[in-house]
Amino acid sequence: MKVAVLSGKGGTGKTLVAVNLAAAAEKCTYIDADVEAPNGYLFFKPTETQSRNVTVKIPYVDDLKCTGCRKCVEFCKFNALAYIHNRLMVFEDICHSCGGCLLVCPENALNEKEKPIGEIVTGNSQSVSLKLGKMNLGESTGVPIIKALLEDIQDPVVIDGPPGSACTVMETIKNVDYCVLVAEPTEFGKHNLAMVHELLKGYGKPFGVVLNKTTDQDNPSKEYCTEENIPILMEIPYDEKLGRLNSEGLIAVREDVHYKTLFEQLYQKIEIGGRS
Amino acid sequence: MKIAIPVEDKHYEGNVCPSFARAPFFMVYDTETKEAEFHENSASTSPGGAGVKAAQIVIDYKVTTVLTPRMGKNSADVLVPAGIQLFKTEGTGIKNNIEAFEAGKLKTLGEIHEGFHHHGGN
Repeated sequence: MKVAVLSGKGGTGKTLVAVNLAAAAEKCTYIDADVEAPNGYLFFKPTETQSRNVTVKIPYVDDLKCTGCRKCVEFCKFNALAYIHNRLMVFEDICHSCGGCLLVCPENALNEKEKPIGEIVTGNSQSVSLKLGKMNLGESTGVPIIKALLEDIQDPVVIDGPPGSACTVMETIKNVDYCVLVAEPTEFGKHNLAMVHELLKGYGKPFGVVLNKTTDQDNPSKEYCTEENIPILMEIPYDEKLGRLNSEGLIAVREDVHYKTLFEQLYQKIEIGGRS
Repeated sequence: MKIAIPVEDKHYEGNVCPSFARAPFFMVYDTETKEAEFHENSASTSPGGAGVKAAQIVIDYKVTTVLTPRMGKNSADVLVPAGIQLFKTEGTGIKNNIEAFEAGKLKTLGEIHEGFHHHGGN
Protein backbone atom coordinates (compact mmCIF):
# COMPACT_ATOMS: atom_id res chain seq x y z
CA MET A 1 0.00 0.00 0.00
CA LYS A 2 1.10 3.56 -0.74
CA VAL A 3 0.19 6.24 1.80
CA ALA A 4 0.75 9.97 1.30
CA VAL A 5 0.89 12.30 4.29
CA LEU A 6 -0.31 15.78 3.38
CA SER A 7 -1.11 18.97 5.23
CA GLY A 8 -2.25 21.90 3.15
CA LYS A 9 -0.49 24.21 5.57
CA GLY A 10 3.19 23.85 6.41
CA GLY A 11 4.22 23.24 10.01
CA THR A 12 1.24 21.15 11.06
CA GLY A 13 3.29 18.05 11.85
CA LYS A 14 3.33 16.34 8.47
CA THR A 15 6.91 15.13 8.81
CA LEU A 16 6.27 14.07 12.41
CA VAL A 17 3.37 11.87 11.28
CA ALA A 18 5.09 10.55 8.13
CA VAL A 19 8.35 9.66 9.89
CA ASN A 20 6.63 7.99 12.83
CA LEU A 21 4.19 6.16 10.60
CA ALA A 22 7.06 4.75 8.54
CA ALA A 23 8.95 3.81 11.69
CA ALA A 24 5.84 2.07 13.07
CA ALA A 25 5.31 0.19 9.81
CA GLU A 26 8.89 -1.06 10.17
CA LYS A 27 9.60 -2.72 6.83
CA CYS A 28 8.66 0.03 4.42
CA THR A 29 10.03 2.79 2.20
CA TYR A 30 9.85 6.35 3.47
CA ILE A 31 9.87 8.85 0.63
CA ASP A 32 10.44 12.52 1.35
CA ALA A 33 8.63 14.28 -1.48
CA ASP A 34 8.73 17.66 0.25
CA VAL A 35 11.52 18.47 -2.20
CA GLU A 36 11.78 22.16 -1.37
CA ALA A 37 12.56 21.42 2.27
CA PRO A 38 13.16 17.69 2.80
CA ASN A 39 13.81 17.08 6.48
CA GLY A 40 12.86 13.44 7.12
CA TYR A 41 16.55 12.47 6.97
CA LEU A 42 17.18 14.55 10.10
CA PHE A 43 15.16 11.94 12.00
CA PHE A 44 16.11 8.79 10.14
CA LYS A 45 19.82 9.67 9.84
CA PRO A 46 20.23 7.24 6.95
CA THR A 47 23.35 5.18 6.36
CA GLU A 48 24.71 3.70 3.10
CA THR A 49 23.50 6.79 1.26
CA GLN A 50 23.75 7.14 -2.49
CA SER A 51 22.68 10.04 -4.65
CA ARG A 52 21.88 10.69 -8.27
CA ASN A 53 20.94 13.79 -10.24
CA VAL A 54 17.48 14.54 -11.58
CA THR A 55 17.50 16.40 -14.87
CA VAL A 56 14.92 17.95 -17.17
CA LYS A 57 15.15 18.58 -20.91
CA ILE A 58 15.55 22.19 -22.00
CA PRO A 59 15.58 23.29 -25.66
CA TYR A 60 18.49 25.07 -27.29
CA VAL A 61 18.61 26.53 -30.75
CA ASP A 62 20.94 26.04 -33.68
CA ASP A 63 21.19 29.66 -34.89
CA LEU A 64 22.33 28.57 -38.34
CA LYS A 65 19.18 26.54 -38.91
CA CYS A 66 16.66 28.94 -37.26
CA THR A 67 14.89 31.07 -39.86
CA GLY A 68 12.96 33.13 -37.33
CA CYS A 69 9.50 31.82 -38.25
CA ARG A 70 8.55 32.01 -34.56
CA LYS A 71 6.30 28.95 -34.69
CA CYS A 72 7.92 27.79 -31.43
CA VAL A 73 7.37 31.20 -29.76
CA GLU A 74 3.69 31.12 -30.70
CA PHE A 75 3.34 27.49 -29.65
CA CYS A 76 4.85 27.80 -26.17
CA LYS A 77 1.95 28.21 -23.74
CA PHE A 78 4.39 28.98 -20.95
CA ASN A 79 5.99 31.87 -22.89
CA ALA A 80 9.44 30.42 -22.34
CA LEU A 81 10.65 31.55 -25.77
CA ALA A 82 11.17 35.00 -27.26
CA TYR A 83 12.55 36.07 -30.62
CA ILE A 84 14.52 39.31 -30.58
CA HIS A 85 17.32 40.76 -32.65
CA ASN A 86 16.97 37.83 -35.08
CA ARG A 87 17.72 35.35 -32.30
CA LEU A 88 15.67 32.91 -30.28
CA MET A 89 15.92 33.27 -26.51
CA VAL A 90 15.09 30.38 -24.18
CA PHE A 91 13.95 31.12 -20.62
CA GLU A 92 15.01 27.96 -18.85
CA ASP A 93 13.21 28.76 -15.58
CA ILE A 94 9.88 29.16 -17.37
CA CYS A 95 10.24 26.09 -19.64
CA HIS A 96 8.13 23.10 -18.55
CA SER A 97 10.14 20.63 -20.67
CA CYS A 98 7.16 19.60 -22.78
CA GLY A 99 9.26 19.30 -25.95
CA GLY A 100 6.52 20.92 -28.06
CA CYS A 101 8.84 23.54 -29.58
CA LEU A 102 10.95 20.77 -31.13
CA LEU A 103 7.88 19.25 -32.70
CA VAL A 104 6.60 22.47 -34.29
CA CYS A 105 9.99 23.68 -35.60
CA PRO A 106 9.89 23.18 -39.40
CA GLU A 107 13.68 23.60 -39.69
CA ASN A 108 14.69 21.10 -36.96
CA ALA A 109 16.63 23.97 -35.45
CA LEU A 110 15.83 23.00 -31.86
CA ASN A 111 17.49 20.35 -29.78
CA GLU A 112 17.34 19.38 -26.12
CA LYS A 113 19.94 19.37 -23.39
CA GLU A 114 19.79 17.93 -19.88
CA LYS A 115 19.59 20.44 -17.06
CA PRO A 116 20.08 19.21 -13.46
CA ILE A 117 17.36 20.51 -11.13
CA GLY A 118 17.93 18.38 -8.05
CA GLU A 119 18.93 15.02 -6.67
CA ILE A 120 17.54 11.84 -5.17
CA VAL A 121 19.28 10.42 -2.14
CA THR A 122 18.65 6.86 -0.97
CA GLY A 123 19.72 5.19 2.27
CA ASN A 124 18.63 3.00 5.15
CA SER A 125 17.58 3.48 8.75
CA GLN A 126 17.03 0.18 10.61
CA SER A 127 14.41 -1.66 8.52
CA VAL A 128 13.16 1.52 6.80
CA SER A 129 14.49 2.34 3.31
CA LEU A 130 14.73 6.03 2.58
CA LYS A 131 14.35 7.95 -0.61
CA LEU A 132 14.64 11.69 -0.46
CA GLY A 133 14.14 14.30 -3.16
CA LYS A 134 16.05 17.55 -3.02
CA MET A 135 15.46 20.46 -5.36
CA ASN A 136 18.33 22.77 -6.28
CA LEU A 137 18.07 26.33 -4.99
CA GLY A 138 16.42 28.70 -7.43
CA GLU A 139 14.54 26.03 -9.38
CA SER A 140 10.89 26.76 -9.93
CA THR A 141 9.19 23.37 -9.83
CA GLY A 142 9.78 20.13 -7.97
CA VAL A 143 7.34 18.10 -10.08
CA PRO A 144 10.02 16.29 -12.18
CA ILE A 145 11.88 15.32 -8.97
CA ILE A 146 8.70 13.92 -7.41
CA LYS A 147 7.98 12.02 -10.62
CA ALA A 148 11.47 10.46 -10.49
CA LEU A 149 11.11 9.73 -6.74
CA LEU A 150 7.91 7.77 -7.24
CA GLU A 151 9.16 5.62 -10.12
CA ASP A 152 9.94 1.97 -9.33
CA ILE A 153 8.84 1.88 -5.71
CA GLN A 154 7.85 -1.21 -3.82
CA ASP A 155 4.99 -1.32 -1.32
CA PRO A 156 4.56 -0.53 1.49
CA VAL A 157 5.42 3.15 1.05
CA VAL A 158 4.90 6.20 3.26
CA ILE A 159 5.28 9.47 1.39
CA ASP A 160 6.00 12.71 3.21
CA GLY A 161 4.22 15.03 0.80
CA PRO A 162 4.85 18.66 -0.07
CA PRO A 163 2.70 21.26 1.72
CA GLY A 164 -0.10 23.06 -0.09
CA SER A 165 -2.50 21.73 -2.69
CA ALA A 166 -0.78 22.58 -5.98
CA CYS A 167 0.93 20.58 -8.74
CA THR A 168 3.57 19.00 -6.51
CA VAL A 169 0.84 17.57 -4.28
CA MET A 170 -1.12 16.29 -7.27
CA GLU A 171 1.99 14.56 -8.60
CA THR A 172 2.55 13.01 -5.17
CA ILE A 173 -0.92 11.54 -4.76
CA LYS A 174 -1.54 10.39 -8.33
CA ASN A 175 -0.84 6.74 -7.60
CA VAL A 176 -1.30 6.46 -3.84
CA ASP A 177 -3.94 4.29 -2.17
CA TYR A 178 -4.63 6.48 0.83
CA CYS A 179 -3.99 10.03 2.03
CA VAL A 180 -3.49 11.19 5.60
CA LEU A 181 -4.15 14.87 6.20
CA VAL A 182 -2.43 16.40 9.19
CA ALA A 183 -4.22 19.43 10.62
CA GLU A 184 -3.50 21.81 13.46
CA PRO A 185 -6.17 23.42 15.64
CA THR A 186 -6.23 26.90 14.07
CA GLU A 187 -8.48 28.79 11.65
CA PHE A 188 -5.61 28.95 9.16
CA GLY A 189 -5.07 25.21 9.59
CA LYS A 190 -8.75 24.58 8.90
CA HIS A 191 -8.69 26.78 5.78
CA ASN A 192 -5.79 24.88 4.22
CA LEU A 193 -7.19 21.53 5.33
CA ALA A 194 -10.32 22.43 3.35
CA MET A 195 -8.19 23.14 0.28
CA VAL A 196 -6.50 19.72 0.30
CA HIS A 197 -9.84 18.12 1.11
CA GLU A 198 -11.32 19.64 -2.04
CA LEU A 199 -8.39 18.37 -4.08
CA LEU A 200 -8.74 14.83 -2.72
CA LYS A 201 -12.47 14.79 -3.45
CA GLY A 202 -11.56 15.61 -7.04
CA TYR A 203 -9.18 12.67 -7.16
CA GLY A 204 -11.60 10.31 -5.42
CA LYS A 205 -8.88 9.09 -3.05
CA PRO A 206 -9.73 7.64 0.36
CA PHE A 207 -8.42 9.81 3.18
CA GLY A 208 -8.57 10.52 6.88
CA VAL A 209 -7.34 13.25 9.21
CA VAL A 210 -4.81 13.29 12.01
CA LEU A 211 -5.44 16.18 14.38
CA ASN A 212 -2.14 17.36 15.79
CA LYS A 213 -1.39 19.50 18.84
CA THR A 214 -4.92 19.18 20.22
CA THR A 215 -5.86 20.82 23.53
CA ASP A 216 -9.14 21.30 25.40
CA GLN A 217 -9.63 24.57 23.48
CA ASP A 218 -11.76 24.95 20.35
CA ASN A 219 -10.44 23.10 17.32
CA PRO A 220 -11.62 24.59 14.00
CA SER A 221 -10.05 21.70 12.05
CA LYS A 222 -11.97 19.16 14.12
CA GLU A 223 -15.21 21.09 13.58
CA TYR A 224 -14.54 21.01 9.85
CA CYS A 225 -14.06 17.22 9.92
CA THR A 226 -17.36 16.78 11.76
CA GLU A 227 -19.23 19.06 9.33
CA GLU A 228 -17.76 17.31 6.30
CA ASN A 229 -17.97 13.76 7.70
CA ILE A 230 -14.23 13.22 7.39
CA PRO A 231 -12.90 10.29 9.43
CA ILE A 232 -10.57 11.36 12.25
CA LEU A 233 -7.87 8.69 12.43
CA MET A 234 -6.02 9.96 15.46
CA GLU A 235 -5.58 12.93 17.76
CA ILE A 236 -2.11 13.80 18.98
CA PRO A 237 -2.58 15.90 22.12
CA TYR A 238 -0.12 18.74 22.66
CA ASP A 239 2.78 17.11 24.51
CA GLU A 240 5.96 18.83 25.60
CA LYS A 241 7.77 15.50 25.69
CA LEU A 242 6.95 14.82 22.05
CA GLY A 243 8.10 18.31 21.15
CA ARG A 244 11.39 17.69 22.93
CA LEU A 245 11.98 14.33 21.20
CA ASN A 246 11.26 16.00 17.87
CA SER A 247 13.55 18.94 18.52
CA GLU A 248 16.37 16.50 19.26
CA GLY A 249 15.81 14.77 15.93
CA LEU A 250 14.54 11.59 17.58
CA ILE A 251 11.74 9.38 16.31
CA ALA A 252 9.05 9.13 18.99
CA VAL A 253 8.02 5.62 17.89
CA ARG A 254 11.55 4.37 18.48
CA GLU A 255 11.90 6.12 21.86
CA ASP A 256 8.55 5.86 23.55
CA VAL A 257 6.25 2.86 23.76
CA HIS A 258 3.13 5.03 24.06
CA TYR A 259 3.79 6.62 20.66
CA LYS A 260 4.83 3.28 19.17
CA THR A 261 1.40 1.85 20.03
CA LEU A 262 -0.39 5.00 18.83
CA PHE A 263 1.28 5.00 15.40
CA GLU A 264 0.94 1.23 14.98
CA GLN A 265 -2.79 1.67 15.52
CA LEU A 266 -2.81 4.52 13.01
CA TYR A 267 -1.07 2.34 10.44
CA GLN A 268 -3.63 -0.42 10.94
CA LYS A 269 -6.51 2.03 10.47
CA ILE A 270 -4.90 3.30 7.27
CA GLU A 271 -4.45 -0.25 5.96
CA ILE A 272 -8.16 -0.86 6.49
CA GLY A 273 -9.09 2.54 4.98
CA GLY A 274 -6.88 1.99 1.95
CA ARG A 275 -8.45 -1.39 1.20
CA SER A 276 -12.03 -0.20 1.32
CA MET B 1 10.70 57.33 -32.22
CA LYS B 2 8.10 55.03 -30.74
CA ILE B 3 7.57 54.44 -27.05
CA ALA B 4 5.41 51.92 -25.24
CA ILE B 5 3.62 52.43 -21.91
CA PRO B 6 1.54 49.89 -19.95
CA VAL B 7 -1.84 51.58 -19.43
CA GLU B 8 -5.13 50.95 -17.63
CA ASP B 9 -7.51 52.20 -20.38
CA LYS B 10 -7.45 53.00 -24.07
CA HIS B 11 -7.37 56.69 -23.32
CA TYR B 12 -4.59 59.26 -23.62
CA GLU B 13 -5.99 61.13 -20.60
CA GLY B 14 -6.03 57.88 -18.58
CA ASN B 15 -3.57 56.25 -16.23
CA VAL B 16 -0.36 54.26 -16.42
CA CYS B 17 -0.80 50.66 -15.20
CA PRO B 18 1.28 49.76 -12.11
CA SER B 19 2.24 46.44 -13.74
CA PHE B 20 4.11 46.12 -17.03
CA ALA B 21 3.45 42.54 -18.14
CA ARG B 22 -0.05 42.29 -16.66
CA ALA B 23 -1.26 45.67 -17.97
CA PRO B 24 -4.54 45.31 -19.91
CA PHE B 25 -3.29 47.59 -22.74
CA PHE B 26 -0.12 49.04 -24.17
CA MET B 27 -0.09 52.54 -25.55
CA VAL B 28 2.37 53.00 -28.40
CA TYR B 29 3.20 56.65 -28.88
CA ASP B 30 5.05 58.13 -31.83
CA THR B 31 7.01 61.19 -30.73
CA GLU B 32 7.22 62.52 -34.29
CA THR B 33 3.59 62.26 -35.36
CA LYS B 34 2.30 62.72 -31.77
CA GLU B 35 -0.08 59.85 -32.39
CA ALA B 36 -1.05 57.26 -29.80
CA GLU B 37 -2.25 53.74 -30.59
CA PHE B 38 -3.75 51.41 -28.03
CA HIS B 39 -3.28 47.66 -28.20
CA GLU B 40 -4.70 44.92 -26.02
CA ASN B 41 -1.98 43.09 -24.13
CA SER B 42 -2.56 39.40 -24.77
CA ALA B 43 0.15 38.54 -22.21
CA SER B 44 -1.96 39.95 -19.37
CA THR B 45 -4.03 36.77 -19.03
CA SER B 46 -1.14 34.29 -19.46
CA PRO B 47 -0.97 31.77 -16.64
CA GLY B 48 2.83 32.08 -16.67
CA GLY B 49 5.67 33.75 -18.51
CA ALA B 50 3.68 36.96 -18.99
CA GLY B 51 6.86 39.00 -18.66
CA VAL B 52 8.53 37.32 -21.64
CA LYS B 53 5.44 37.53 -23.81
CA ALA B 54 4.68 41.17 -22.96
CA ALA B 55 8.26 42.12 -23.77
CA GLN B 56 8.07 40.29 -27.09
CA ILE B 57 4.83 42.15 -27.89
CA VAL B 58 6.28 45.62 -27.31
CA ILE B 59 9.46 44.76 -29.26
CA ASP B 60 7.27 43.72 -32.17
CA TYR B 61 5.67 47.20 -32.15
CA LYS B 62 9.18 48.39 -33.03
CA VAL B 63 9.43 50.70 -30.04
CA THR B 64 12.83 51.88 -28.85
CA THR B 65 11.73 52.96 -25.38
CA VAL B 66 9.43 51.75 -22.62
CA LEU B 67 8.05 53.97 -19.86
CA THR B 68 6.85 51.95 -16.87
CA PRO B 69 6.54 52.31 -13.09
CA ARG B 70 8.12 48.88 -12.57
CA MET B 71 9.27 45.79 -14.40
CA GLY B 72 10.06 42.15 -13.63
CA LYS B 73 13.25 40.32 -14.40
CA ASN B 74 11.94 38.24 -17.31
CA SER B 75 10.65 41.29 -19.18
CA ALA B 76 13.91 43.12 -18.62
CA ASP B 77 15.90 40.08 -19.79
CA VAL B 78 14.14 40.33 -23.15
CA LEU B 79 14.02 44.13 -23.48
CA VAL B 80 17.52 45.07 -22.35
CA PRO B 81 19.40 42.80 -24.82
CA ALA B 82 17.03 44.07 -27.51
CA GLY B 83 18.40 47.54 -26.83
CA ILE B 84 15.12 48.96 -25.54
CA GLN B 85 15.61 51.84 -23.12
CA LEU B 86 13.63 51.71 -19.91
CA PHE B 87 12.41 54.80 -18.05
CA LYS B 88 10.51 55.05 -14.78
CA THR B 89 7.16 56.81 -14.90
CA GLU B 90 6.27 59.36 -12.24
CA GLY B 91 2.71 59.78 -10.99
CA THR B 92 -0.17 58.05 -12.69
CA GLY B 93 -1.16 60.21 -15.69
CA ILE B 94 -0.15 58.98 -19.16
CA LYS B 95 -0.10 62.49 -20.62
CA ASN B 96 2.12 63.92 -17.87
CA ASN B 97 4.59 61.10 -18.34
CA ILE B 98 4.81 61.58 -22.11
CA GLU B 99 5.44 65.29 -21.55
CA ALA B 100 8.00 64.59 -18.83
CA PHE B 101 9.78 62.07 -21.07
CA GLU B 102 9.91 64.48 -24.00
CA ALA B 103 11.30 67.17 -21.68
CA GLY B 104 14.00 64.69 -20.59
CA LYS B 105 12.71 64.62 -17.03
CA LEU B 106 12.14 60.88 -16.54
CA LYS B 107 14.84 58.81 -14.90
CA THR B 108 16.14 55.48 -16.14
CA LEU B 109 14.36 52.50 -14.53
CA GLY B 110 16.95 51.34 -12.02
CA GLU B 111 15.26 48.62 -10.06
CA ILE B 112 14.10 45.37 -11.62
CA HIS B 113 11.97 43.16 -9.36
CA GLU B 114 12.30 39.39 -9.25
CA GLY B 115 8.82 38.83 -10.63
CA PHE B 116 5.91 36.95 -9.09
CA HIS B 117 6.32 33.60 -10.73
CA HIS B 118 4.65 30.39 -9.74
CA HIS B 119 2.39 31.82 -7.08
CA GLY B 120 -0.04 29.14 -6.08
CA GLY B 121 2.45 26.54 -7.20
CA ASN B 122 2.81 24.83 -10.51
